[in-house]
Amino acid sequence: MTDDIPGDAPKRFGFETRAIHAGAPPDPATGARIMPIYHTTAYVFDDVDHAASLFDLSTFGYIYSRLTNPTVAALEERIASLEGGRGATATASGHAAQLVAFFALMAPGDAFLASRKLYGGSLTQFGRSFAKFDWHAIFVDPDDPENFARALTPNCKAIFVESLANPGGVVTDIEAVARIAGDAGIPLIVDNTLATPYLCRPFEWGADIVVHSTTKFLGGHGNSMGGAIVDSGRFDWLQNDKFPALTRPEPAYHGLRFYETFGDMALTMHTKAVGLRDLGPALSPMNAFLTLTGIETLPLRMQRHCENALAVARFLEAHPRVEWVSYAGLPSSPYHALARKYMPAGAGAVLTFGVKGGYEAGVRVVEACELLSHLANIGDTRSLILHPASTTHRQLTDAQRAAAGAGPEVVRLSVGLETVEDIIADLDQALGQADR
Amino acid sequence: MSDSLHYPDALLRRILGSVRTIAMVGASPDWNRPSAFAMKYLQGKGYRIIPVNPQAAGREILGETCYAGLRDIPQETVGPIDMVDIFRRSDAVGPIVEDAISIGARVVWMQLGVRNDEAAARAEAAGLTVVMNRCPKIEYGRLHGELSWGGFNSGIITSKRRRLSR
Repeated sequence: MTDDIPGDAPKRFGFETRAIHAGAPPDPATGARIMPIYHTTAYVFDDVDHAASLFDLSTFGYIYSRLTNPTVAALEERIASLEGGRGATATASGHAAQLVAFFALMAPGDAFLASRKLYGGSLTQFGRSFAKFDWHAIFVDPDDPENFARALTPNCKAIFVESLANPGGVVTDIEAVARIAGDAGIPLIVDNTLATPYLCRPFEWGADIVVHSTTKFLGGHGNSMGGAIVDSGRFDWLQNDKFPALTRPEPAYHGLRFYETFGDMALTMHTKAVGLRDLGPALSPMNAFLTLTGIETLPLRMQRHCENALAVARFLEAHPRVEWVSYAGLPSSPYHALARKYMPAGAGAVLTFGVKGGYEAGVRVVEACELLSHLANIGDTRSLILHPASTTHRQLTDAQRAAAGAGPEVVRLSVGLETVEDIIADLDQALGQADR
Repeated sequence: MSDSLHYPDALLRRILGSVRTIAMVGASPDWNRPSAFAMKYLQGKGYRIIPVNPQAAGREILGETCYAGLRDIPQETVGPIDMVDIFRRSDAVGPIVEDAISIGARVVWMQLGVRNDEAAARAEAAGLTVVMNRCPKIEYGRLHGELSWGGFNSGIITSKRRRLSR
């Protein structure tokens, strides 16, 4: 699927090699082997003509770190390489990535389809804050892909799903939804945060754009916020009249047309030259550096995350105080077959389970943990535990919570890299206090 | 824009490292057109670009005289044309390639979005090297690390220190 990428590196070099090397050759100025942290706001111009060329986007180069920065660019290229995409734009957070991506596609009055089984923060961003831009999210049950085809409206500009959704362990049939998006002439955007490109590469199944919260498994150590938009470079923006920001003259750049001028690089250029320029959520070079370092061990970490998560899921499934376990790596999950297809190396490290005794029991288990950390994040080396109904999903209605797999008895785990027996022992003692 | 064409990095490096003078067919006198961006960028990298465009014949574009057609370029004063870079629709490429062969160009390069397999076969049969659906500016930038500045996937992995290009 990626045989048109110039240089053909995705075929020549393996995933593990690219996780370490892509985007970060030795520094040309100093020979530094590790990507330096270019903590600078701006860059000198050779002369006025050079400055003009940069501002006109007629040449490559750096102007100001709100748009591009060498350390951030290294991270962008690495993520683009791992996803098999043409280019990437890093942002200050995953939410910023979603905002900047949609900013290139949407105009006031436009709509998009989104799975209603998404990360709770995305449901709120799409349903509440995007509405203030007059962008309208139409939420669809993703379990039947045909629901997307049925919900399409003429002003729909994209379909948005998660490859693996938190907290319900929901796996989307990416290939089927991609076909529906393609037939409608709109891009499929996949949030690949929980799976990471190590487990799932949505472009290989027909997705057009991938977004990430790099804060999670890509960075992997709970130390840096960040987000990314990756463009496959394969979407034909001129096939219809739906995407004027990319196909019509841009007044702020003297009438330049992004798709005509930059071809398969158009979306990535737009997200930087317009999105980051005007909305402002650039990633800090320090965060880019920490995330780059984290990605170097992504393959090893994801293998162990998945092993530990499966062991924990099996333990919980056999535990008398546990009502149910939702983890796509278990044969009991309705998403098991989809997980085997789209993420055969493992179903990730986030799972949910229901504690017998409902809301109160769920809260007690979370509070009784001594090793697992009670906090609102996922994708850390540390094991994390959360009661979504009282935290990440508390802004939602009861019905929305139930649809998102975040009912009152639900406990969410992000299984870390500690000794797996220690993780299990902590959960065991906490479950012992559930009906205290 | 996707296609099944594949050009090894070594081939592109060889082309971009050996040509000096490039005739750009479809070069625009409008400074904000993609062809003008490419012309200015390649000039900055040391190439001489001869613009070809019947609508702008006789005018000057970025310091170079524009000619109506490839055969109108006075090679006795301009020097040999090493490569012809084509900024025209795919179905207009045929006669341009015939001219490229007749003026002795070594390389025919069709821009991003431009592809004409029939014309390419004729050029190759005449001994020319052909690249289609690529932009020399983008490929130059990619091979010299500049495309990576924008967060693009260059496909290049190396432990060697790269020389700074100008």
